[in-house]
Amino acid sequence: MSDDSKFSTLSRRGFLKASMAAAAAGAAPTFFINNANAYVNAPTGGTVTLGFNVPQTGAYADEGADELRAYKLAVKHLNGEGDGGMMNTMKPLSLKGNGVLGKKVAYVTGDTQTKSDAARASAKRMIEKDGALMITGGSSSGVAIAVQGLCQDAGVIFMAGLTHSNDTTGKDRRKHGFRHFFNTEMSGAALAPILEKEFGKDRTAYHLTADYTWGWSQEGSIKKYTEALGWQTKAAVRTPLGAGDFSQYITPVLNSGADVLVLNHYGKDMVNSLTQAVQFGLRDKQVNGKDFQIVVPLFSRLMAQGAGENIKGIYGSTNWNWSLTDEGSKAFVKSFGAEYGFPPSQAAHTCYVQTLLYANACEMAGTFNPCGVIEALEGFKFEGMGNGPTEYRAEDHQCFKDVLVVRGNQNPTSQFDLLEVVNVTPRSAVEYAPDMLGGQLGSCNA
Amino acid sequence: MKELLKSNLVIMVIFAVIVLTAPAWLTPIGAGYPDILQKFAIFGLFAIGFNILFGLTGYLSFGHAAFLGVGSYTAVWSFKLLTMNVLPAIIFSTLMAGVFALVIGFISLRRSGIYFSILTLAFAQMSYSLAYSVLTPITNGETGLQLTLADPRVVDGMMGIPVTDSLPTTNLFGLAMSGYSGFYFCAVLLIVGFYVSLKIFRSPYGMKLRAIKSNQTRMKYTGFNTRPYLLSAFVISGMFAGLAGALMAATDPLAGAERMQWTASGEVVLMTILGGMGTLIGPLLGVGIIKYFENIFSALNESALHEVFSFLPGWLEEVMVWISHHFVGEGWHLTLGTLFMLVVIFLPGGVMEGITRLSAYLKSKFKGSDEITSEKVSEDAS
Repeated sequence: MSDDSKFSTLSRRGFLKASMAAAAAGAAPTFFINNANAYVNAPTGGTVTLGFNVPQTGAYADEGADELRAYKLAVKHLNGEGDGGMMNTMKPLSLKGNGVLGKKVAYVTGDTQTKSDAARASAKRMIEKDGALMITGGSSSGVAIAVQGLCQDAGVIFMAGLTHSNDTTGKDRRKHGFRHFFNTEMSGAALAPILEKEFGKDRTAYHLTADYTWGWSQEGSIKKYTEALGWQTKAAVRTPLGAGDFSQYITPVLNSGADVLVLNHYGKDMVNSLTQAVQFGLRDKQVNGKDFQIVVPLFSRLMAQGAGENIKGIYGSTNWNWSLTDEGSKAFVKSFGAEYGFPPSQAAHTCYVQTLLYANACEMAGTFNPCGVIEALEGFKFEGMGNGPTEYRAEDHQCFKDVLVVRGNQNPTSQFDLLEVVNVTPRSAVEYAPDMLGGQLGSCNA
Repeated sequence: MKELLKSNLVIMVIFAVIVLTAPAWLTPIGAGYPDILQKFAIFGLFAIGFNILFGLTGYLSFGHAAFLGVGSYTAVWSFKLLTMNVLPAIIFSTLMAGVFALVIGFISLRRSGIYFSILTLAFAQMSYSLAYSVLTPITNGETGLQLTLADPRVVDGMMGIPVTDSLPTTNLFGLAMSGYSGFYFCAVLLIVGFYVSLKIFRSPYGMKLRAIKSNQTRMKYTGFNTRPYLLSAFVISGMFAGLAGALMAATDPLAGAERMQWTASGEVVLMTILGGMGTLIGPLLGVGIIKYFENIFSALNESALHEVFSFLPGWLEEVMVWISHHFVGEGWHLTLGTLFMLVVIFLPGGVMEGITRLSAYLKSKFKGSDEITSEKVSEDAS
């Protein structure tokens, strides 16, 4: 009797659960009701559309403009126009210079405004209206993470552009998101030995940090590695993104007793904060009997250009620099220079490489189906793209490669020759366990 | 015809048909995809609510985005803590925004005119800064509040909805809130919101609000206490904003502090003025124009322009593309600014004034002695 009633309750509950599950399952894949194909935005005509979603306004607009140039160049090369750039040096290469899988590459562009809302609206437009199969771009980790989540839900691939926060392939990693750019963990690991060599073990650092996911991530990584050296952290002050004037944050540094200022800023923010720090005389100061130093953990040539004289002798790390002399870098700098008349930035480089990698993965998989493309990209090893041998780690979709430690050039030979590479930190020194940063990839959604 | 348009039922039927068929008639101009349709409906609600305050009482609130943001945050928290069903989220958000509006309105409405505007602006900027800094544990700062796999979702758990390794999506009893179904949900709420607005416009209550706009002092001398009317209008419009914020979160479960920034408050003012303040339909037209510019014009790039002008001879095509590319893409603000200036200078009553003038002109042309009909309401307002 009691068995009987137990059985009946169970089955009723089971029925409820099953019907709930069915309702939820029915709700999930209806993101695109009008799509009868096996996967979202399957190309039907003779073209395949990619979505380039970059900041055209706001604190990261310079990077965004350079990213867009690189994307346009990549599309040209994919379609067999121009000199082919890195398609001549990439190994292994499945691309044939006739578009992707025989389809001509077309693109749509959008402005992220460095705001999550605007970036998602723009990406949705590309997916829903323009039929984009892959979204790429972003010059802010906050935006990249927001768009990556959207792409996962929508069932398209996201090839992250310039995003440096650990979270992008760490706690917010997604099956549909891939990042070629390095992260703050690698920056910290690469910078620490150089900082120790140059500044010693007995230092007190003061952080100014852009108040969003990337800033927090970089502050954490730099703290972790410098404190392991024996440095102390005096304070870590958060500043709003796009603040413009940093004088109220820099004044307290003067009398804090710190002898190193770490600027966790990027783009125009870094240009402004560094310029003001130098104007306030920080670099001429002596604290604790040592010369006051400034460190900018994430450096780019575009920022160096903006900051002018002030960057001389300042240490930082970078994903790539145009002065590298390997075949891939030379080919890319040459075709970018021929097209636009100046060398590309690291933002341009990573975006160009990401576009080629995506196209190559489609060609390898023989399909645009995101599940096939993801499989082709996971664990993909390649070289000739400017960073030496590189691997897309399958566990977290993060590229592992050498990291450059750079210093503002003391004697630049041209207006672009602003960073000198002081050390190439090998991949083995910056690699970490895939589960160190947490997060789950989830599963392919197509 | 004239008599017909006076009937609420007829107006509502026409409005509902226009809104629900929007995907069909907006497709030819490239705005028939779900995301922009949702934005039209959501900001439509926001502007309708704003117009109840600004259009009827003339009190210009420069901080309405705060209620939008409060609505969004409340909705996302409801998704995180309770259930992915949008119904509780919408109810909580609207109420929460109402409470905020009551507090802010109670203080701000002690002043009128520019002082009122500044007070509301101050409150909104204060909310924005708080969301950005001190309240980061609640708002997740600049990154924005997002769903995670680890969220409790208590109600969903009790209902036995299975936990998968991908993020759950928002729904209304299984109906997805993204794509076209999301739009129809927003559209139905827009129609309901419009009906509420219509009723207010055509009620004695609406008349009192208009009287406050025309001469508050005289109104007070006749023995009316205007404060409760103002405060209730403020709260109603704040609740509309909260509802709009909840819908933004429902169609895209993410809430960021930038929704509260003064630019967002300014946007709804622009929408209302551009379309025609104090009219029923005007704010919706303003929403349509601004959102269309933001989403479609900003996405035009040179290759798209080349396609548009490809019918012209080669050299002329180049010239036209060169001229027009300054006004699209990242230059869409320039086009919008120019349009706004033209409207304010030549049509102070917004696009609705243009339509009224046009129809009057056409009537005199074709010797139709009919009075202006549907714009009657707008005439009353001004």
